[in-house]
Amino acid sequence: MYKILSKRLLAPNIYLMDVEVPRVAKSAKPGQFVIVRVDDKSERIPLTICDYDREKKTVTIVFQVVGASTKKMADLKCGDYFKDFAGPLGQPSELVYENIEELKNKNIIFIAGGVGAAPVYPQVKWLNSIGAKVDVIVGSKSKEFLILEEEMKKVAGNLYITTDDGSYGEKGLVTEMLRKLVEKNNKSYDLVVAIGPMIMMKFVVKLTEELKIKTVVSLNTLMVDGTGMCGACRVTVGGKTKFACVDGPEFDGHLVDFQEAMRRQGMYKTEEGKKLLEQQERKEGHVCHVGLGGEE
Amino acid sequence: MDRLKKTPIKEQCAEERIKNFKEVCLGYTEEEAIKEAARCLNCKKPLCISKCPVSINIPKFIQFVKEKDFESAAKAINEASSLPAVCGRVCPQESQCEGKCVLGIKGEPIAIGKLERFVGDWSREHNVDLSIKSDKKNKKVAVIGSGPAGLTCAGDLAKMGYEVTIFEALHEPGGVLVYGIPEFRLPKDTVVNHEIENVKKLGVNIETDVIIGKTVTIDELMDEEGFQAVFIGSGAGLPKFMGIPGENYNGVFSANEFLTRNNLMKAFKSEYDTPILLGKKVAVVGGGNVAMDAARTAKRLGSEVHVVYRRSEEELPARVEEVHHAKEEGIIFDLLTNPVEIVGNEKGWVKALKCVRMELGEPDASGRRRPVELKGSEFTMDIDTVIMSLGTSPNPLISATTKGLERNKWGCIVANEETGSTTREGVFAGGDAVTGAATVILAMEAGKKAAKAIDKFLIDK
Repeated sequence: MYKILSKRLLAPNIYLMDVEVPRVAKSAKPGQFVIVRVDDKSERIPLTICDYDREKKTVTIVFQVVGASTKKMADLKCGDYFKDFAGPLGQPSELVYENIEELKNKNIIFIAGGVGAAPVYPQVKWLNSIGAKVDVIVGSKSKEFLILEEEMKKVAGNLYITTDDGSYGEKGLVTEMLRKLVEKNNKSYDLVVAIGPMIMMKFVVKLTEELKIKTVVSLNTLMVDGTGMCGACRVTVGGKTKFACVDGPEFDGHLVDFQEAMRRQGMYKTEEGKKLLEQQERKEGHVCHVGLGGEE
Repeated sequence: MDRLKKTPIKEQCAEERIKNFKEVCLGYTEEEAIKEAARCLNCKKPLCISKCPVSINIPKFIQFVKEKDFESAAKAINEASSLPAVCGRVCPQESQCEGKCVLGIKGEPIAIGKLERFVGDWSREHNVDLSIKSDKKNKKVAVIGSGPAGLTCAGDLAKMGYEVTIFEALHEPGGVLVYGIPEFRLPKDTVVNHEIENVKKLGVNIETDVIIGKTVTIDELMDEEGFQAVFIGSGAGLPKFMGIPGENYNGVFSANEFLTRNNLMKAFKSEYDTPILLGKKVAVVGGGNVAMDAARTAKRLGSEVHVVYRRSEEELPARVEEVHHAKEEGIIFDLLTNPVEIVGNEKGWVKALKCVRMELGEPDASGRRRPVELKGSEFTMDIDTVIMSLGTSPNPLISATTKGLERNKWGCIVANEETGSTTREGVFAGGDAVTGAATVILAMEAGKKAAKAIDKFLIDK
């Protein structure tokens, strides 16, 4: 059992929690994720690590309510417990292994979409701690849904904010902002790291292919165990099948088969998936209970 | 009484059982067990013992059953095995103890497995205390993985007085006993949980949600947490895929994923949150026990199920009993058939399986006749879900994060067969992590041997 030490509503339906989990807090690195389970009947939900505090022995997670399971999580209060909290899983961000001096001289830009700001934050924070100031674009539906702005400001070099409806920052998409920075403001970047909804990462990758900038994406696939024993999270990268939970979640964005990844991510919420599940439900004679939302 | 015939055992009938996940075999009653035990000839040189990987004194426990002294029978088994209710159910007895029973020469061997199961179940239902404890040794041993190898090793070490902690990556202990083998062969709430509780009663501490190599490394356990020896029983949990086109279409699963969703996450129960997807026509590719488990599970979820296997029935690696049960339940066997491609619809969902017919050629090095493709025999089966059950290999996570731990070209940890000692001092290994996917009882045997070797290592140290 893992105790929730604090809970904050960051934006409508987006929550932040600090959870006491000594072993994970001790070994977590930027880019990794955890798998949580609320109670005995819950599914295992993968969530990127948003922050960790080795002294307080806490790990911070941020999640958006998108289905039955994340709703269950949101109903947990400060002082409540997660039944399970396993990690850290996946490979740390490759940046962690790079030569620090070289890293400082690199021009890196992070692009976060929606709740993707949460997994971007620990990487930017870590880079800041070694003296590398990187640029960050955060895209949000509207001002209301923008998260972690203050935190990000403290650790980023330049922070650019876009909103779809123009209610805050620049109106438009993150890709338009990146194009503007490169083409109008003459910024040059050695690396783009994009984390957010699959569709956003897909369009970032399309743009950076044109701009010829190396791009890393963090794939939020379906997962069950998260340790490499089932292959639910498999993706095609450079023509080869990879398991996002052990080989990733970060991959070279230009090699990822996004069409396949998006199709597989929606397996339990597409029409075919729903139909299959409904058939089964009808046969069993009960109402739909399954977490059709897909998580994150 | 016909001494040459096994006492029949009750089973749920096929039509009934395909509608539920309850156990198929209902087990012996006391009277039936006594009757079956009475058939045992109590051989002077019992061959059955020689084929039991953990050398249970079989005639001894059977004589106790015959005398209706079930408690003593339980204690007799416990000298060698802590998981009788599990092994009695899932061991391939036909190729082990029962395969050597003298009665088997002219008639049917003693139902050793079913009697062991009876004793295991009886001692659970009657709360027989089997715990043996010795003086505390004040030495810490870490066991990685809570499957049959880890549980056995931990149990034996605790009996010797060691302070044992098991580290388990998943949220529940038991390994393949909880995520792999289905309810209808091995009930979880009763049988598996009870045998795990027994191990805990010996003083073994189980830490779940700890992924060795990620959460903490073996080096850290030894250098920082004071563990003086480590046993790796992490199994072979990495699924294989065929590498044919279309394997990533929606509706293609590894047997591990399918079974984990159903067994560990209990997707078949409406009050659990984990979903499971299954079409009307399911193809399970492979012919081992895991394939049978997946096929019979899919049947219970309401699908028409085909087992697609490239050799003939004779070569099916699954237990005869499981194949028999599968057939009774209406599983269709497409033998000498090999998939070459998975065909998807315009939305990327499986709609068919392209296969070729095979014939058996010359025996290969292993003595099995090699399947050869029949030219021009390609055909297509309408299928909307494919479950790949082609075997598993050890997860490289632990060997890759532990200094000085050698593994072979199949990714298995290199360990001494008799002691389990690895290339790293103080680190022992056994079970599927060393051999690749094998059986529950062989993993237990390895756990037992390693416990002995760890004891010796720590005494000599």
